[in-house]
Amino acid sequence: MTAPDPLDRQLLDRFQRDFPLDPRPYARIAERLGCGEAEVLDRLARLTDSGAIGRIGVTLRPNTVGASTLAALDVPPGRLEAVAAAVSAVEEVNHNYQREGSPNLWFVVTAPTRPRLDAALERIAAETGLPVLDLPMEAGYHLDLGFALWDR
Amino acid sequence: MGSMRADGAVADPAAADPAIDDPAVDAGRLLHRLRRGLPLVERPYAAIAGELGIGEQDVLRALAHLIEAGAVGRFGVIVDHQALGYTANAMVVWDVPAERIDEAGRRIAACGGVSLCYRRTPRPPVWPYALYTMIHGRSRDEVAGRVQRIAARCGLEEADRRILFTVRRFKQTAGCYGRTEGGGQR
Repeated sequence: MTAPDPLDRQLLDRFQRDFPLDPRPYARIAERLGCGEAEVLDRLARLTDSGAIGRIGVTLRPNTVGASTLAALDVPPGRLEAVAAAVSAVEEVNHNYQREGSPNLWFVVTAPTRPRLDAALERIAAETGLPVLDLPMEAGYHLDLGFALWDR
Repeated sequence: MGSMRADGAVADPAAADPAIDDPAVDAGRLLHRLRRGLPLVERPYAAIAGELGIGEQDVLRALAHLIEAGAVGRFGVIVDHQALGYTANAMVVWDVPAERIDEAGRRIAACGGVSLCYRRTPRPPVWPYALYTMIHGRSRDEVAGRVQRIAARCGLEEADRRILFTVRRFKQTAGCYGRTEGGGQR
């Protein structure tokens, strides 16, 4: 993407939380930034197209709606592609990353209930033949509150 | 109601009830729609209300309630750090004595540049780490430097820690909470 100019930066930094709950939210943002509503809409569309913005939406706090866990597998390097594809294919898996070290494959599993979550983990263990490390959250100190990208 | 307690821990999940005292709104269906994102039109809440067959004010009221009740952790612009040049992303795990985890977690959370900080069930001896932080930076050195400063500020120099940089992102989607557009269980 092209480098974000000051107005883009403000759009990306200031509205990660507390998005206006107003029938015309983009007009409220425009008022705060001193520009027009159409300008805000155009820029947000451009930032979305360029991939800088994933979406304007909600993140759910873990375990308030349904159940979730972080799980990990220690995959032999030669099998990583295949195992990662098998894990990604599971509907309940919503994040799946390769990380350095061991274990090397980390994924987040969410489901409407803990039994259904357990069933998904068992399916992954059975399909891959690897023991699944199940690391459920116990307490949150700072949960996806967004953070300042430039004003640090 | 699933909100953050004063001690920083997430309240008992069993006590969390995102249901809304409003028969006009199916909370699960609304959340499912909102996780796909707000449309870029002048009246986005009205557009969503139209899709769900409810009123614009119903959407605004229900969303305010879900945020207040703690079911929604964040509502706003979800940025893609990778696309913005934050190419070094690491999950940092710390092995801290059990009785010190909550204090350490709260202190880390107060440091800048941390997007997530939480406690998970440890699985010794395979995985003794219970305290997790996600740290994003524009380079590995930047992340390593920040981890060093966090350790110094939070009294964690002695704690065994590991910096697990992300190598590849295979999948990243919104969570599966079992609601379809029709509001039924999948």
